[in-house]
Amino acid sequence: MWRFIGIRLLQAVPVILAVITVTFFLVRMAPGGPFDSEKAVMPEVKAALEAQYRLDLPLPQQYLAYLGDLTKGDLGPSFKYPGRDVNELISAGLPVTAELGIYALLVALFLGGISGVVASLKPNTAQDYIPMSLAMIGICMPAFLFGPLLVLVFGIYLEWLPVAGWGDIPGDKILPSITLGTAYAAYIARLGRAGMLEVMSQDYIRTARAKGLPEWQVVTRHALRGGMIPVVAFLGPAFAGLLTGSFVVETIFQVPGLGRFFVQAAFNRDYTMILGSTVFLSTLIVLFNLLSDILAAWMNPRLRAQFGGR
Amino acid sequence: MALLEVKNLQVSFHTRNGEVKAVDDVSFTVESGKITAIIGESGSGKSVACYSLLGLIPRPPGKVEGGQALFEGEDLLQMSERQLQQIRGRDIAMIFQDPMTCLNPYMTIGDQLIEPIVFHKRISKKEARQRAVELLEEVGLRDPGSTIDSYPHEFSGGMRQRVMIAMALINEPKLLIADEPTTALDVTIQAQILKLIAQLQTKRDIGVIFISHDLAVVADIADDIIVMKTGKVVEHNDRQGIFHNAQHPYTKKLLSAIPGGTKTINPELHQPLITVSNLNTWFDQGKHQEPVKAVNNVSLEIRKGEILGLVGESGSGKSTIGRSILRLVPITSGTVNFDGTDVTSLEGGDLKNMRRRMQMIFQDPYASLNPRMSVYDTLAEPLLLHGIETKASVEQGVLKLMDHVGLARNFVRKYPHEFSGGQRQRIAIGRALSTRPEFIVADEPVSALDVTIQAQILDLMLDLGKEYGLTMLFVSHDLAVVKHIADRIVVLYKGEIVEQGTGRDLFDNPQQEYTRQLLHSIPGQALLA
Amino acid sequence: MSNDTTISDIATAEHGTSLWKDAWIRLKKNRLALFGLAVLTLFIIVALLTPWIAPYGYETQDLDLGATPPSAAHWLGTDIFGRDLLTLIMYGGRISLAVGFVATTVALLIGVTYGAIAGYAGGKIDAAMMRLVDILYALPFMIFIVLLMVVFGRNLLLLFLAIGAVEWLTMARIMRSQVQSLRQQEFVEAAVSLGLGPATIIRRHIIPNALGPIIVYTTLTIPSVMLLEAFLSFLGLGVQPPQTSWGLLISYGAETMEEFPWLLIFPGLALSLTLFSLNFLGDGLRDALDVRSSKD
Repeated sequence: MWRFIGIRLLQAVPVILAVITVTFFLVRMAPGGPFDSEKAVMPEVKAALEAQYRLDLPLPQQYLAYLGDLTKGDLGPSFKYPGRDVNELISAGLPVTAELGIYALLVALFLGGISGVVASLKPNTAQDYIPMSLAMIGICMPAFLFGPLLVLVFGIYLEWLPVAGWGDIPGDKILPSITLGTAYAAYIARLGRAGMLEVMSQDYIRTARAKGLPEWQVVTRHALRGGMIPVVAFLGPAFAGLLTGSFVVETIFQVPGLGRFFVQAAFNRDYTMILGSTVFLSTLIVLFNLLSDILAAWMNPRLRAQFGGR
Repeated sequence: MALLEVKNLQVSFHTRNGEVKAVDDVSFTVESGKITAIIGESGSGKSVACYSLLGLIPRPPGKVEGGQALFEGEDLLQMSERQLQQIRGRDIAMIFQDPMTCLNPYMTIGDQLIEPIVFHKRISKKEARQRAVELLEEVGLRDPGSTIDSYPHEFSGGMRQRVMIAMALINEPKLLIADEPTTALDVTIQAQILKLIAQLQTKRDIGVIFISHDLAVVADIADDIIVMKTGKVVEHNDRQGIFHNAQHPYTKKLLSAIPGGTKTINPELHQPLITVSNLNTWFDQGKHQEPVKAVNNVSLEIRKGEILGLVGESGSGKSTIGRSILRLVPITSGTVNFDGTDVTSLEGGDLKNMRRRMQMIFQDPYASLNPRMSVYDTLAEPLLLHGIETKASVEQGVLKLMDHVGLARNFVRKYPHEFSGGQRQRIAIGRALSTRPEFIVADEPVSALDVTIQAQILDLMLDLGKEYGLTMLFVSHDLAVVKHIADRIVVLYKGEIVEQGTGRDLFDNPQQEYTRQLLHSIPGQALLA
Repeated sequence: MSNDTTISDIATAEHGTSLWKDAWIRLKKNRLALFGLAVLTLFIIVALLTPWIAPYGYETQDLDLGATPPSAAHWLGTDIFGRDLLTLIMYGGRISLAVGFVATTVALLIGVTYGAIAGYAGGKIDAAMMRLVDILYALPFMIFIVLLMVVFGRNLLLLFLAIGAVEWLTMARIMRSQVQSLRQQEFVEAAVSLGLGPATIIRRHIIPNALGPIIVYTTLTIPSVMLLEAFLSFLGLGVQPPQTSWGLLISYGAETMEEFPWLLIFPGLALSLTLFSLNFLGDGLRDALDVRSSKD
């Protein structure tokens, strides 16, 4: 198992390096310098600014210097908010986004997991059709449509819940979490149903029934573990989706998280901010993909054995 | 009183194409202390009949329409799911065909073994585990104290079936239902498992229902035999009665389908058509592992006009030899000489020409035909490729081939999925014959077919072989079939030749221990004698 | 029967049901899939004919009128500039559908070719090619697309290419695994032993059998691509005015939904209905073609 984790970690290193490199040069390729638009900056001020941001150095040296900063955990200063650096903005936004992400993931796992399993137990009956139709709606109703609709209904017409904010008014975390989690609940429901149906048709389920186990034990003891592996493997991609989804949800509900910073940085063309947050988010995503891969492999004794140790 | 008395059982499946009566008015009894075999081909309803007793058929589409099944006087068919759960795994236990898929891959065998006893008898896990270790020992698992914590994938097929048997017996059931428990296993393993089941049954004096498609398999162990066909019982008698005094024509047909006798060989066949010298076919396993030596330094000769039988268990390399000769797998070293030409060095047009002269018939007629090509497309392709027929004459060529292999001409536009297994194998034989080959590799051509169909296809192959003057390499795991069809036999073990000779030589006077073991494992010895 | 009969002479020759025909018969029984097909066909026809059948000109504004709810003159109402919403949705649909189909075609072409080569070549070439796919898979592409749009400006062609470049990965994986498993099938071995060349084998024996999963996955890729476009446009990083797309319309609608909810609801309905149709059709095709796939 440790070998498996080791191999995967080693594989992640070039990926992360590639992300950093591509992002760095892409951002530097952007037409126009960051201070060109500022009207009539004195040449010496501009030179000082460029020196501060290392723009006076040749590109390869800038790249190496940036890599050096990264190893120290320094993501660089912001172009647009002088005096603040990317680390600061990220550490301000990350807790908020993490909280939102966790709530959304809980919504997704709880709603999706239960409806997927329930649907799979009686395929092609109402017990299957109803949750699966809801899942289909969840997939076809993107967050940027679902969110505003929820606000319209629960915030504006019914006035049950606040329409925006995060942690200011009680209950203002509900709508963003549901908006972000719903699509993933739908995916998990579909994956879980497919996984469970596959497992329930296996011969060893018949063996379990022949032992006289009641159906709920057959499901919980024998089917669930194999059936949920696809869901666990999906958690990595789901996490990436939640992060990008948070761009939209945080914008809609004015949540001061990473996603909103990122979108704002994109609009402001705050290059160091984009560079820094891309590197940060990408690394996070790569690591989470790795984690969910490892978890899924660990759940399968065969794969576990392949890499030594039980 | 009989242990189990089934009266007028009716089970049907409600499918999109209407109702199918899978079990139609079936009655039989099973006595305690006896092994009762239920024999039938696919679709005979033999498994459905037994599964429906325990409520193990999928419902819907399956439905028990009527009848009684008195187990110790109580009707199983009237019981609630809850009552049935109490019976399953405690009084009636089951073992299944494929031990590779019947154990939960995510649980250790220990956890799976103790499940029935912990659930039914409510004893502590520790006690249950002790019991499990004892049983594993009894069914012949080495060092059960430590292997009990292993996962199923760490065992071989035969060992897994032993684990399944231990699991079934852990509650000391009164009735054991074994559904084709040896069909997925190699012959030598099959012999061991059959012996084990018979031993355990005698020791515990329980009733056993042994479901099988193969009369020979149950010939040594069954006390009573029930023969089923298309959902009905056609004959029910004790072993002697079935084997020596069969009444129903279908039973007689099944009996005659058991290959018997030794082929009398034609002494004139001694001119070699194919000479294989020092053939090695190894498969790489990646950088750090030893290659798998599927074929290891094999030399053999196939004489013009003969049928050479290639016999071995799984992993013996028998199929790989056939594929190496035909250049379907890349060989590692060695030569294959076909009528004066070294096949291994041919390229381009020469290779294409050589391919015309050598053909192959595959094991699984469901996989060996392109599902998107009709019979016409399948047979016309090689005819046109090798210029055997012109565009104008190809239709007649196809129809002639269909006549030869016994396929009705009006099926010419049909697709593989619309045919039965036997019919598909006929199409595949037609395709192999289309290029007018001199040599054919037949790789287990009948193992995927029902027994009565097997006999038909074997006869067809023998007839066509004679008619076309074919030389054949007949690859099989089944010694009885090979003895019946082959002029000479080569026995393989782990990629190497163990022994070769005529059928009579090998059977009457085997020289090697492995050959003796193989011969000993052939089921139904008493019958063949 | 004499020896020179041809097939047409056999009066009783039964017509076989090919797997394609069989799949079509099964698809026809699936009402949701047929509904999806019908809606989709309608939307595509409308999108193609929009310049001729749209009730108003695309740039026709009526600032005095402003935003009005649905009426006889404007079936779906007007936006704050007094533009006809139905017209806007029709023009927006052209872009949204075009992005969906063009980007998917890009992905299809790259992915199928790449996957087929890797699968058929096998060995080290395959290992190297799939290694690249694995690495690309691990990259967070959504963020990259956002980055691309920021750096190079919001350009429709770039959007097609960027989205296509992301989606080809899964296509390549599916195609490769198809080719690989088909290559090991006995009927392909049979074709080799008949003496057929690689090109013929790929054309006659591999592609027709690999087509099913590819069709299904293509149908399911279109909605995810359209979703991606809408997502970017909603953030203001996709399609730019004066062009419009459903994502952009939803974005505007969301800003003013308190007073003018129809500006959110109708574009949202158009997008959701299209996504529904494509997903239903995809699921129906999956069942009809009996494609076993755990990819969702």
